[in-house]
Amino acid sequence: MRFDQARWTDDDGGRYEPLLSEKDGTEVEIDDSPLPDDLTRDSLDLPELSEPELARHYTRLSEMNYGIDNGPYPLGSCTMKYNPKFTEDVAAIPDAAVHPDRSEDTVQGTLELLYDLQDYLARIGGMDSVTLQPPAGAAGEFTGILLAEAYHEANGEGHRHEVIVPESAHGTNFASAALGGYDVVELPGGDDGRVDLDALEAALSEDTAALMLTNPNTLGLFERDIEEIAEMVHDVGGLLYYDGANLNALLGRARPGDMGFDIMHYNVHKTFATPHGGGGPGAGPVGVVSDLEPYLPTPRVRQAESGAYELFEPEETVGKVHGFQGNWLVLVKAYAYIARLGDPGLRDASAKAVLNANYLGERTDYDVPYGPYHHEFVASAGDQDAADVAKRMLDYGVHPPTTKWPEIVPEALMTEPTEIENRKTLDQLAAAFNAVAGEDDSTLADAPERTTARRIDQTSAARDLRLSWHSLDGD
Amino acid sequence: MTGHDTTTGSPFAPHTPDETEAMLDAIGADDVDELFDIPEAVRFDGEFGIEQRSERAVKRELRETFGDNDDLTEFLGRGHYDHYVPSLVDHLSLRSEFLTSYTQYQPEVTQGFLQVLFEYQSLLVELTGLEIANCSMYDAATALGEAATLASRVRATDGHRVLVPELLRDERREVLENYVAGTQMVVETVPSDDGNIDVEALADLVDGDTVMVYAENPSVRGTVEEGLADIADIAHDNDALFVLGSDIVALSLLQKPSEVGADVVIGDASVLGLPTSYGMGLGLFATRDSFVRQVPGRLVGASEDEAGNRTYTLTLQTREQHIRKERATSNICTNQAWVALRTAIHAADLGPSGLVDLAETCVTEAQDLAERVDDISGVGAPVHDRHHFREFVARTDQPAPAIASDLETEGFAVHALSDHELQICVTDANARKADDLVAALAEVAE
Repeated sequence: MRFDQARWTDDDGGRYEPLLSEKDGTEVEIDDSPLPDDLTRDSLDLPELSEPELARHYTRLSEMNYGIDNGPYPLGSCTMKYNPKFTEDVAAIPDAAVHPDRSEDTVQGTLELLYDLQDYLARIGGMDSVTLQPPAGAAGEFTGILLAEAYHEANGEGHRHEVIVPESAHGTNFASAALGGYDVVELPGGDDGRVDLDALEAALSEDTAALMLTNPNTLGLFERDIEEIAEMVHDVGGLLYYDGANLNALLGRARPGDMGFDIMHYNVHKTFATPHGGGGPGAGPVGVVSDLEPYLPTPRVRQAESGAYELFEPEETVGKVHGFQGNWLVLVKAYAYIARLGDPGLRDASAKAVLNANYLGERTDYDVPYGPYHHEFVASAGDQDAADVAKRMLDYGVHPPTTKWPEIVPEALMTEPTEIENRKTLDQLAAAFNAVAGEDDSTLADAPERTTARRIDQTSAARDLRLSWHSLDGD
Repeated sequence: MTGHDTTTGSPFAPHTPDETEAMLDAIGADDVDELFDIPEAVRFDGEFGIEQRSERAVKRELRETFGDNDDLTEFLGRGHYDHYVPSLVDHLSLRSEFLTSYTQYQPEVTQGFLQVLFEYQSLLVELTGLEIANCSMYDAATALGEAATLASRVRATDGHRVLVPELLRDERREVLENYVAGTQMVVETVPSDDGNIDVEALADLVDGDTVMVYAENPSVRGTVEEGLADIADIAHDNDALFVLGSDIVALSLLQKPSEVGADVVIGDASVLGLPTSYGMGLGLFATRDSFVRQVPGRLVGASEDEAGNRTYTLTLQTREQHIRKERATSNICTNQAWVALRTAIHAADLGPSGLVDLAETCVTEAQDLAERVDDISGVGAPVHDRHHFREFVARTDQPAPAIASDLETEGFAVHALSDHELQICVTDANARKADDLVAALAEVAE
């Protein structure tokens, strides 16, 4: 397989596709405004381009971008699945385009979808109640932290000020706990890549508010001691939080609620195939066991005896984590995906995701030090620089894995092919891994060659900050 | 060739049964279940009870579900607004190279999206006059929360008071309160004066313990704020940041934030780019370059590649959670990048002339409609003797909730703010129905 990404080059300008501002600059003076002059700006200076010019601009830019529909995208921890096209169509159904302040009885359809999605997610996670409000995974974590705090406060245990996070956890876990005002206690990993129960015992105390855990963890390993972990956390009065980033591995096979987790978030842009959109929007619904239900963000949706759907405020609510009801369009797409797959499809997704990771891991020449892994594996680039390996993999027409993390594996290549790849594509991925594994350092350092841009100088970007076209003037 | 086994599995997993067998052989397993290292006690052997449906069936089901929403012409605003979104936005933003890509951790292969985000940042820099804009926050409310934590980080001395206007959407304030709940900061209220901030009251309230002063232009009641420069002076005299809330259509016409002394501008950028979406938004966040290392969220910067050409890349990532962990400037990771792309395309399609025209329409339509509503017996509008943007409040002799309810029967949605106050929002999207609204209101308000 040979890959050459589109590359529009403006040789005279020393750039690829020119910026809009390099195509036009029009300063519109603001006078004769319906407002007094002292309440308006003087002018607005922006590009004024025709629709055909814009269509071409953005089409060229899209050609210089790589998505799942272009090729494999095995970014570990990101669950880059195919995004079914029909979900865009259902999100665009005109009747669903309603304002959040509409009265409840005029938006019964909208509330029904939210209610049903709350229900689906609760069943999938083994949780009692779900809020759909958090607009991303990290927002879900922050919501979970707020819930834990409210719970402890209500039980007269507001003194608990520590949240325990394994060292190999997602960076958001640490940041979300800190945003909630907690001291973060970093838990060193065990030799087998899992939670070290002795270390956990040492970290737990009556100051513990919660332990945040990903399962399978970022090495793809199931925390086999999860029942004991839950018991230890609960014994000191703490709560167990499940980071849903890796839920794709467990669909229909194990549920956080059954493992003893009290709070969890779902990354619907991972597990339920809503598009990542170049970084978002996602959605991070949060599920809880019944003890925590009274604290959930407001409003929630319930069904009255009449059968009508209504909004209500949980009695001890933590309030709001989004200005309205979260990322509605994303939630619709998630519902559609879950409905399309149903029980057999969800269970098959985890089966094929784990099969694919194991098949690919088996075929790569790089060492995979920890196992048995599930939906993802972390290979080591050994003597090679993992970041260079990634750049070189781009030349083979595949997106590289997540690199250099988790740090427990030297020069980590964190690889998650998901269930959407067939055997032939996995073979191509393995061939790309293995070709790069056999290449010398200078070849890697010169990569990539076949992408739109050649290797980009990160240091210069950070040292000489140019964050808008205004700061390029005089280039 | 064996067909894909889509009746019993995921339609988006391409494995044929033969292929699955061959792959299992290659890894030396007999069955996929063997690959799951899950202790027996926590295995799930039950059913979710979620029926698998065809694509066509799901579409039909959701068309029917959403068909249960009443078909009302909305004159609703208060933080979520509707402007016509041109077809160009859907067609280009749905190109799957954009839609199905991830965050640009490999910039060499994602120059297209990075350039769009750089152009989006540039648009906000022009609109706000501030030097730095990030790629996105979730929405205006969370952006306000992030502004408060930024304010506390950049202030030379400790402080704990965050002052916000009395006229503020409750939900926006509640989000802010959650963002500061883990800090020493507390949120306090500045009284209003006929739809604007009461500047004299503010001057009395602000002290050396004040971290930030927040104002909105326009306010949640649609009034144009007239005292911005004074508010900024009061904040700055006390070493507090002045944070201004707005949106990108309003910014196209109203006073430039940098010229009235704003240190941070937050708000909703999805007023362009998204249709009415039940409150889904795009948080805009812009600030001064001196605060760049304290900014939350992603930043795209220009750089060069090995070929010597200008390129774009995520930069200053050491501020972010995946590197800095609990010392990051924010916990945000997944954001609203694709909405920012849509907003950038919509704004580019309007261009500066179109943006100013649209903003002026928001002033004239609100003014015209308020005058016509004021002519209705039993209704007075606008309640506030101010200029308005998109929306205004009307006083009603009859109970406002009953009027709003009667209007629903007539096919219109407006806000019932209190016992005798309605709020009405009019933009290019619903202006052609304004005559009908006036007629219906005249029927039900007397």
